[in-house]
Amino acid sequence: MGMTFAEKVLAKKSGNTHVVPGQIVTVQPDHLLTHDNTAAIIGKIGKELDEYGVVRDDLSVIVLDHVIPAASEKNAAGHKKIRAFVGKHHLKNFFDVGEGICHQIVYEKGFARPGMIILGSDSHTCSYGAVGCFSSGIDRTEAASLMLCGETWLKVPSTIKITLTGKLRYPAMAKDLILTIIGTLGADGANYKAVEFHGNVQALTMDERFTMANMGVEMGAKVTAFPVDSTTMEFFKARGVEVSPDDTVWADDDAVYEKEITFDMSAIEPVTAAPHTVDNLLPIKDAEGIAVNQCLIGTCTNGRLSDIETAAAVLKGKKVSPDTRLLILPASRSILREAMAKGYIDTLLEAGALLLPPGCGPCLGAHQGALAPEETCVSTANRNFKGRMGCKEAKIFLASPATVAASAVHGKITDPRKEVS
Amino acid sequence: MRVWKYGDDINTDMLFPGKYTYTCSTPEEIKPHLLEDLDAEFAENVQAGDVIFAGKNFGCGSSREQPALGLKSVGVQAIVAQSFSRIFFRASVNQGLLLIENAEAVKNYKPGDDVKIHPADGIITVGGREYSFPKLPPEMLGIIESGGLLAYTRNKLKHRK
Repeated sequence: MGMTFAEKVLAKKSGNTHVVPGQIVTVQPDHLLTHDNTAAIIGKIGKELDEYGVVRDDLSVIVLDHVIPAASEKNAAGHKKIRAFVGKHHLKNFFDVGEGICHQIVYEKGFARPGMIILGSDSHTCSYGAVGCFSSGIDRTEAASLMLCGETWLKVPSTIKITLTGKLRYPAMAKDLILTIIGTLGADGANYKAVEFHGNVQALTMDERFTMANMGVEMGAKVTAFPVDSTTMEFFKARGVEVSPDDTVWADDDAVYEKEITFDMSAIEPVTAAPHTVDNLLPIKDAEGIAVNQCLIGTCTNGRLSDIETAAAVLKGKKVSPDTRLLILPASRSILREAMAKGYIDTLLEAGALLLPPGCGPCLGAHQGALAPEETCVSTANRNFKGRMGCKEAKIFLASPATVAASAVHGKITDPRKEVS
Repeated sequence: MRVWKYGDDINTDMLFPGKYTYTCSTPEEIKPHLLEDLDAEFAENVQAGDVIFAGKNFGCGSSREQPALGLKSVGVQAIVAQSFSRIFFRASVNQGLLLIENAEAVKNYKPGDDVKIHPADGIITVGGREYSFPKLPPEMLGIIESGGLLAYTRNKLKHRK
């Protein structure tokens, strides 16, 4: 009997020839991602770190991104503590403020590779399925334990197979596709499960695959995975990362799935996830005309070069409506530099946008663009939970970069087809 | 003992707002903000031994562990829900917080019902009716019996030495 992607990775990494859903295996992840929460994590295990040290100096990838630059003395003290920890234990993979959002860094620096297991104390760790990596979110306590002992248990998940047909028709974007999938399966539709994307995956760029894998956790998924193809291999080649085809893992043709569902990408239309759940799916026409006080383009979901390019294309020669404000949040320094070199940032600033440093920004409501009561934001981020952007009386609509850019022009939620020729 | 009853998809921002994630990490810092955007009465009135009843997908969203750590440290005896989100489930095991998945018990619960939990037998009694819940697999039980994951790992490291 064949195995799914998740079954194959977990079998290989646990020294089994075959595993089945529900089985519990012990694995040693290739990397452990932590970010600003590293301060709280090491705070739990100070004595043990002194006694045993870290299990591997190259296990952790630590990226300061959540509240950068520090918004308060307390944040600053956390960052300081992390830098001291990195220095003391000679950790190899540390990225200080300004490098970018942790998920983008793990991805663009080549830490995530096909067939690897990466666990991270951030729910969007599932993003690296874009490159065929088994990656999943864990809590801080588990991250602390991994730093010390390097191994943990994982339950083998059952898998949902999603087959994609056709091609996206711009301005429908990958964000509209994944919001449609989550709206169809539900916010818990993939809880505890792996999600595999099959079919015409070749029609999706790496940026698009990342956006989709990133949002897997919004339907509860443990893992979201794309097959490795020539697009993936070109992505690694361009970054000088060597990937052996032998490391690549993909599902067998006779793998057994819990559920199979097909989505025709050609039929995807611009949509939004209305407050306050990500599966509260609306066709954009049903939300059109809702006044927005803030528009956010960026984050780990939609802060890559093609997303900023889309925003610049929509806003070129236009102005952000005086009734709203537009925040641009690139996912990394390298993306920001490329976007500057290509003139996208200048176009956006000329239109009246505000540029934020590459990091998590206002997505989690800690700083840099929190909302006031009764305000509404249309955002390319991945969550619209009540209170997410700092205020429980505010509303968040999730949408694609094209939709948010079009909405910025009018100060209200706008069908991107009206601003794109 | 008080029962706190909530609905479906109670996410981590409702259980503990994201804006405090990097400034509040200890039980004392977490407590005043527990369920702040869901139920303003909770943090002030919750007492050791209380139980939470909820619908499906409890704890969905962020991987922040303040909800599990906070609810454990204020003495919540158990959370009974139709289903739990994966990362929250894992975080709760790692804190030693008892989660009971039983849709029937949640559906049949009425305000005022007497609730008794017998973890060792895998039984919960709600309004005089018994419901069973499965025991955890040995890997997870070992963590809970050690008093949480860090105690479990400390023990493992000691034996390795």
